[in-house]
This record gives sequence, C-alpha cells and structure tokens, in this order.
Amino acid sequence: MIETVTSIALPADETLFIRRHRIEPEKKSGSEKRISIVTGIHGDELEGQYVCCELARRIMQKRENLRGIVDIYPALNPLGIDSITRGIPAFDLDMNRLFPGCQDGNMTEYLASRVVQALAGSAVVLDIHASNIFLTEIPQIRVNELHERELVPLAKETGVDFIWVHGANTVLESTLAYSLNSTGTPTLVVEMGVGMRITKSYGEQLVDGILHLMNRLGLWEGETAAVRRPIISKDPDDVVYLNAATGGIFVPDVKHWECLHKGEKIGQIIDPLTGTVLNEVIAPVDGILFTIREYPVVDEGSLIGRLLCKKACGDRWEEK
Amino acid sequence: MKKVIIYEIKGLYRDHFRVTGYEFGEGKEAVCIVGSMRGNEVQQLYCCARIVRKLKQMEEAGKLAAGYKILVIPCVNPYSVNTQKRFWPVDNTDINRMFPGYRLGETTQRIADGVFQVISKYRFGIQFTSFYMPGEFMPHVRMMSTGFEDQELAKQFGMPYVVLRQVRPYDTTTLNYNWQIWETQAFSMYTTVTTRVDKKSAGEAIRGILTFLNKQGILDYHGHDGYHSCVVRDVDMVSVRTGKAGLFDPLVEVGAEVEQGQVLARILDAYEGEVMEELRAPVDGIVFFMHGEPLTYSNTAVFKLVVREE
Ligand SMILES: [Zn+2]
Repeated sequence: MIETVTSIALPADETLFIRRHRIEPEKKSGSEKRISIVTGIHGDELEGQYVCCELARRIMQKRENLRGIVDIYPALNPLGIDSITRGIPAFDLDMNRLFPGCQDGNMTEYLASRVVQALAGSAVVLDIHASNIFLTEIPQIRVNELHERELVPLAKETGVDFIWVHGANTVLESTLAYSLNSTGTPTLVVEMGVGMRITKSYGEQLVDGILHLMNRLGLWEGETAAVRRPIISKDPDDVVYLNAATGGIFVPDVKHWECLHKGEKIGQIIDPLTGTVLNEVIAPVDGILFTIREYPVVDEGSLIGRLLCKKACGDRWEEK
Repeated sequence: MKKVIIYEIKGLYRDHFRVTGYEFGEGKEAVCIVGSMRGNEVQQLYCCARIVRKLKQMEEAGKLAAGYKILVIPCVNPYSVNTQKRFWPVDNTDINRMFPGYRLGETTQRIADGVFQVISKYRFGIQFTSFYMPGEFMPHVRMMSTGFEDQELAKQFGMPYVVLRQVRPYDTTTLNYNWQIWETQAFSMYTTVTTRVDKKSAGEAIRGILTFLNKQGILDYHGHDGYHSCVVRDVDMVSVRTGKAGLFDPLVEVGAEVEQGQVLARILDAYEGEVMEELRAPVDGIVFFMHGEPLTYSNTAVFKLVVREE
C-alpha cells in the first residue's frame, strides 16, 4: 500500500509528497512490530534506491513469511533527488541538520517533524546513506557512542562489514538518527557505496542483512542468507585519516577494502599541466582502506581515504 | 596600512587561494573585522572595502591611538566570490560551519583553523554576516547568548537594535560562537541586504563600527552617536508565517511601525492572480525582517516583528 506521509503545496501548481510503501502480513494480529527503511535525505545519495526496491520485491515474493510491518521510504528529500541536489533545493539546507523539526516551523522543519512522527515507535529504523560524490565507503553502520549499547547488537545482524562507534558531537544532534535514538526509536545509520551511483553488490548485501535482522526481531520467518561478521571499532585511534597534502588530481593505485602494509602506495596526486607527480599517497600504518576517494579533483586537505588499523581488524585481516 | 596574507593554499588551475588582511596600527591585537565568508556576501565585502579605505585615511591623518592593532579581512572566501557560489567550490561546505577549524582536517576546516589562529587573538571581533533565508533586515548587532556576551558593549555601536540569539546546536561551529568561547568579545553586524550593495545601510554599519572603536579609545572619530539601541532576544520576536505558497506581495517595508490586524502582505495564486491569503500583524510591532523573494513557500516566516511596548 502506498501512503502519503506528508504533503505540502509548492508555489507553482505542484504538491510535494513524502510517500512510503507499507507492506503488512497477510494475516494481521494487530500487535505487529514495525521496521522502517528510509533513504534519500541527501538527494545525491542513491545507493538506498536499489535497496528499497529489492527489499520490497523479495518480501512481496514470499509474503507468507512476513510477521511484521515493513515501511519503506525511498525519498525523504524528493526535490533533492529530482534535481541532483544534496540538500533541500532553494533552502541550501542539509535536511539531516533539521531534525526533530517543528510542526509550526518553516516548510523544511514541518516536513522533518512529520517524518519523525511517522517513524517514531518503529522496532528499528535503517537510515541508508551513500557517503557523498567524493568518497566510496564499504557497507558500514555508524553509531553514536551515546547509543552504543542499544544499537551495536542490532547493527551486528545487518551483514555490514564494519561498525564504527564514534564520539558524541553537538552538531550531530540535529540528525534524524539522533532525534529518533534519543527518543527511544533505535535507528541505524548505514553508509555504503558512493554518491550518484548504485553499487548493486552492496545493495544485495544489505537486503540480505535487513531480512536477517527482521528474522532476528521476529518480523520475518524462513531462510535468510548467512551474514558477515562485522569489524567493530570503538577506539578513535583505530581510524587513520588520509588528507591530500596538496591540490591536484588523485589517481588511486589500490582497490577499496584492501589490506595494506605500512609504506605501500595508495595512489598519486598528479599535475596534468606540468606532467608531474606532486605527491605520493602512502599508507602510514598497516590497515584496511575502508574509505577511498572516488572524485579525482582534490584541494589541499581533501579526504583521500580512511584506514582501519590492522589491530582493529581481527580475523578480517588477510595477508596478501 | 600593511597588507598581509593570513592563509594561503596552492590551487591546481586557479591562482593561489589567499585570505588577505589589512593591518592598521601597531601593538595589542584590539579589533578584528571580518567580511564576506560566503560567495554571495557582496554587501559584507563592500562594507569592509569602505572600512579599509577609511582606516587607511585615518591612519595617515594620525587618528589611530597608539598601542592598538586593527585587522580587517574583507573576504575569507575569494574562491567562492569569484565563481558566484555560496559555499566552497569543490565540496559545497560552509567555512562558517567549520570553526574553530582543524589544521589536519579537510580543506575548509584548514582554512577556518588558519584564519582562527590569527583572529582569535583579538579582543573584539566583528563579523559582517548574512542570514540563511533571503530577505531584508533592520540593521543590527547580534550576539550569541553564550554566557560571555556583554550587551552594554553591543550598545556602543549605536545601531537601532541589539539582538541576543539563543544558541542552537548548529551555531557551535560558527565564527561568532567560537570567538566568544575563546574569549574574544564577538559581534555579528547585520545590514539590510546580502547579495547586492545598499550604500545607506553600509554607511550606517561603518559609522557604528567607527563609533564603537572611538568609545573604546582605539581611534579618534566624531560622527553622530547613532541610536539608543533597543535590546531584543530573537526568541521574543513574533514571526508571521505564510499558510499558502504563491507570489509574495508585501504591503509594508522593513522598519515600518505596524498595528495589530494590519495587512502586511498578500499571497497571490501564481497562476490566477487571486488573493489566496492576507497576512496580518498579530501584534503592534516594528517590521524587523522581511522575506526578499517574489515567490514563497507555505509555512515560511516572511516577517519577524519586534513587539512595540506601550
Ligand atoms: Zn547522506
């Protein structure tokens, strides 16, 4: 059933809708748990589009296995998705800095408050992001340390490769996940792939994971694929940031999610005008590259990658 | 006057990115004035350009007090000004959401850090800034209520209003907030507009700053003292919101005294021209902020009124 969660009239003969796809069991008991899958807060992140579609398809195919309610919200920022805009067009605002929103606030705050209202009370919410157009991420879940105890056990069942528990940060208090987590609705933030693209294999991996999580929560019966055991990192020292030493064009030499040794070459920053290499990007420690730069143009300081130190990788570390 | 490079990074195909400052006088770091930080902040740039010219003349005429240094940075983000983009050209981040900055971080964090290292040494910090919504303001000085703010000082500018802003989570990465946390007395100066030049309100802001510097004994300036500033808290202002989306047809101007029940604007159907909604003043007040675009969405705060006390 397609439902309109909220709508608002725009100036020139158009209504903005935020819609969801609600899938319910054939026979309802009236006390079903509910899982909500949301994506598209950032209009340039599209990895979640495939997940929404594939999850609905697989559930509809074996609907007799469904024991709970599945709500799928593929586009929290429909104007952004349609106009290749990360934020909310016209407002130049990051929608994920508006939560919990406000019923009496402006249009964007109003929409945010209606979204929170619709999601509150879910057994679990997955908010699927796709990094941005600059970086590719291995499928991972990011958890604010304030909510670690509730969220890490859920995140472990989703089949992602990595769970990153990070420090609290005032600015993040206006995200959807923070708003929901701090009011008792467990919300997992998934980051995977890259902006403006769809990585089908990551989508399949996450759909398997969501069905597995649903099974663990009693929302789905029957077979689910075996899921990966994620690496869990809680220590800020586990993650090493690689920032560009100079502006230029970054050309990678390694693949994403590769085990690298200290001193190994990750790539080069080149200057096409002079035909020279400006900087060699070298792994500063042994580790797995879980974030790598996708967009070649870099300024000094641009993020090129993130390495997860070998000691944090456990049995996911494989010698080449 | 001494022209100095505050921060610089190498460009690939563009000229070096430079944050340029103008120093006047020698001695203790007294006042830092910052202009445009976003690419559309043209009025902010213009105000600083006029201040640089004025201070240069005053320095030559011996009107600066000994022992103080004044720093003016007309623009923290020339790359965005020159491409007419509001935020950082490559990644669309806002430098004014990156303070206090991080030396080893991403580009705009590095710029914020490089600039903040220099300007956080100053006793007073004045930033010409802009609002996230397009519109016109009554000229005012704004301070964040961090607990360190001093509203008596803010009154020395003699601007019509001093606004105390309640701190929101996203404010904690702005220059104004971090200045205060690092013990600079910080003021945001709002003139009427952002994307175009308004000479009159620029002149008023410049007079305000020179008056302030005079009262602090930093320079010798004798203009008129301006206004007895009225201090208001942003949370006490009354917003008037649209219920409908359409063409915005204002019937009053910024600064107007309005009465409860007076029609402030009409929202017209964008296709048929019919009046869809009349927006009335809910209180006796003064129009402090007004929406600046010909179209409006619904639920938009198109007016902010300062309540008139009897
Ligand atoms: Zn995102």
